[in-house]
Amino acid sequence: MSIHLILFLAFGAVCVAGAVNLLAQTHPINSALSLIAVMAALAGEYLLLGAEFVAAVQVIVYAGAIMVLFVFTIMLLNAGVEERTKGSRVATLIGVPGMLAGSILVAWVLLRHSGTEAVAAGALPGDPKTIGQLLFHEFLLPFEITSILILIAVMGAVVLASKPPTSPAGEPAGEVD
Amino acid sequence: MVPLSYYLVLGGFLFACGVAGFLIKRNIITIFMSIELMLNGVNLSFVAFAAHWHALAGQIFVFFVMVVAAAESAVGLAIIIAVYRTRETLNVDQVNLLKL
Repeated sequence: MSIHLILFLAFGAVCVAGAVNLLAQTHPINSALSLIAVMAALAGEYLLLGAEFVAAVQVIVYAGAIMVLFVFTIMLLNAGVEERTKGSRVATLIGVPGMLAGSILVAWVLLRHSGTEAVAAGALPGDPKTIGQLLFHEFLLPFEITSILILIAVMGAVVLASKPPTSPAGEPAGEVD
Repeated sequence: MVPLSYYLVLGGFLFACGVAGFLIKRNIITIFMSIELMLNGVNLSFVAFAAHWHALAGQIFVFFVMVVAAAESAVGLAIIIAVYRTRETLNVDQVNLLKL
């Protein structure tokens, strides 16, 4: 058993434990923290695959920026423990066996029919220089399109999250209470 | 040396957990986090295939997925704040009407 496989299993165990904990917890802040653990462990898996820049971006953007946004929203809205309803219990009864059956089926098919070629550590140059050359030459058009997407998303977030303007008559527009 | 299928199984498990959380959870923020979990599972498959086929384009796709996830979470959390402001709840069972 190589050190490579041991590291893969260690990071994978953290991933699986975090994903299951996300489902098991009822408070959103606990789910958010287990999701951060999943993302940090996934960064370790990316390092094992030789994608060092992707691993750094995963930690900075995903586990850093996006999850801070989630935790900020949870704190802002003062989200409490979610209440279980009848519908969610039915979904649990159907969803968990379905998830287990689907996972076992996919794992069986993959382990049976996929070749077991090994992925060597550092087999692929995933350094920022190569990534940047690829991103700014071959993928320049998608890159520019995503910049427009981000701009629209920022404007949409500002418009949606801002307080609705009060109408001149004095009654707030769009507010019920 | 880790076989490719191990990474795919792990990515598939994360995706399945995301789907299950999307169906089970009632809190709208946790449902949103389940979507992020699904995207992470797909990202792991992208990077594993990139390493397996020696194609760096797979890692570029991961960046695009991250950009879309960032845009999605910014807009989605703004929508959640707007929903909470008008309905005073985060439970999706009580957010079942388009009209107030």
